[in-house]
Amino acid sequence: MNIQIRERPDAAASAGIKTAIADCDIHPARATKDELHPYLAKRWHSHLETFGVHPYQGMMEGPPYPKAQPNASRRDAYPPEGGPQGSSLSFMQKQHLDPNNVALGVLNPLNTGQGIRNQDLAGAICSAINDWQIEKWTAKDSRLKGSVVVANEDGVSAAAEIRKRAGDKNFVQVLLLSRNVEPLGQRRYWPIYEAAQEAGLPIGVHAFGFGGNPITASGWPSYYIEEMVGHSQCQQTALASLVLEGVFERFPKLKMVMVEAGFGWAPSLAWRLDKVFARLHAEVPHLKRKPSEYIRDHIWWTTQPMEDPESRDHLFQTIEWIGWDRLLFATDYPHWDYDEPSRVLPAGVSDANRQAFYLDNAKQLYGMA
Amino acid sequence: MARHVIAPVDELPPGSRKFLEIDGRPIAVFNVKGEFFGLLNRCPHQGAALCEGPLIGLASSSDPGEIEYTKLGEILRCPWHGWEFDIRTGQSYCDPRRFRVRAYPVSVEPGTNVVKGPYVAETIKVAVESDYVVVEL
Ligand code: FES
Repeated sequence: MNIQIRERPDAAASAGIKTAIADCDIHPARATKDELHPYLAKRWHSHLETFGVHPYQGMMEGPPYPKAQPNASRRDAYPPEGGPQGSSLSFMQKQHLDPNNVALGVLNPLNTGQGIRNQDLAGAICSAINDWQIEKWTAKDSRLKGSVVVANEDGVSAAAEIRKRAGDKNFVQVLLLSRNVEPLGQRRYWPIYEAAQEAGLPIGVHAFGFGGNPITASGWPSYYIEEMVGHSQCQQTALASLVLEGVFERFPKLKMVMVEAGFGWAPSLAWRLDKVFARLHAEVPHLKRKPSEYIRDHIWWTTQPMEDPESRDHLFQTIEWIGWDRLLFATDYPHWDYDEPSRVLPAGVSDANRQAFYLDNAKQLYGMA
Repeated sequence: MARHVIAPVDELPPGSRKFLEIDGRPIAVFNVKGEFFGLLNRCPHQGAALCEGPLIGLASSSDPGEIEYTKLGEILRCPWHGWEFDIRTGQSYCDPRRFRVRAYPVSVEPGTNVVKGPYVAETIKVAVESDYVVVEL
């Protein structure tokens, strides 16, 4: 029995933060199953009813591991009017955007058409999600900006969707996920990079996805905690592939954001790649520079989850390598591993670096400076 | 110490909780199987409204494969990152940062070998006076 005297408490008080911030990873959700219907051709309504969706991997009824909290979200983030966490703009404003002084919020919708095998359906759902982001979110709150979601396994249709949204100020990036059918550097994804470069949109690579491969490099693990750390392995595979396949040689203006996979592993991955590159560069002669140089030039990193080592010096050394100009603050609202802006950065950071960390880097990357 | 009457007992049946603000401080009072507990409604980790979380039990293990589930309904799990606190004492059971390096020696207690973390949620004294629940602050 769990009777609450006050059924629906007010928005959890946030300690708040005085300076304006950018939040580069916010997850908007659909309030109802049918919320996309107005943006989907009738043909797909009946298709969905009759055939459903077929993802690349099994466990169709939900994600492969139950999450630590319902919908992987904060338990205090259920909107008072009902629906899942992250599905109400007014509650998001009251609980997060206003008290935390969010000046720019980048939306990264999950549960899109990405990962669906029927590519026509995948493309239709992704495009519907993009329309929905405008109508439900970005047109109603100018602080919010969308991410163009695309049917990533079909490079041609994905590129068409990016071109359709190019120049639309409601969107500030293209969204991919890290778990795909193949590592992200492979040629099938290149039309996406070409279109994004042309549109001047950075590509956010968010941890997660339904590519059909096991969650770790050595198979399906037993625990959700292993999936959580598996995100960084997967992101490393994606990043190595992007560098080694020559994506940044071919698309020299492409900018990428590693979203929600940590960043503490970045230096060691780069050091390792540089070391083997010294001996094996003949295998990848299309690379003109050391792998670490591509990483430093082309990659930005969102902060949630921030590494939290025992010694803050270790954190600062890692950031020194990455560059204070490369980190983008993110909360991951409304998800359960949310980072509270006023509590996340240890003391001892200069004002200039704080300003870059919380706001300026994001404004610059997303062309809002 | 001021005493604040917060509710007739009937309004706070077992399994219920009440959120209130006393002297500008967010407080929550719980009725757990007839016993009353009060906590400051702020998580010592990143400041979440701690008492929005579910009351669960404590999973502990003496050996891989051996799992005990005790203190049913007495462990409050933070609605954000899920840190767990004993509602009787406010003591945290897990500090994820130190847990990994095991800076705290494992103390074997009756039925558990859970490492208590250094974080303690603030508890508030609650009394029932002639059928009113009263908080001391
Ligand atoms: S704020 Fe409570 S566990 Fe993080």
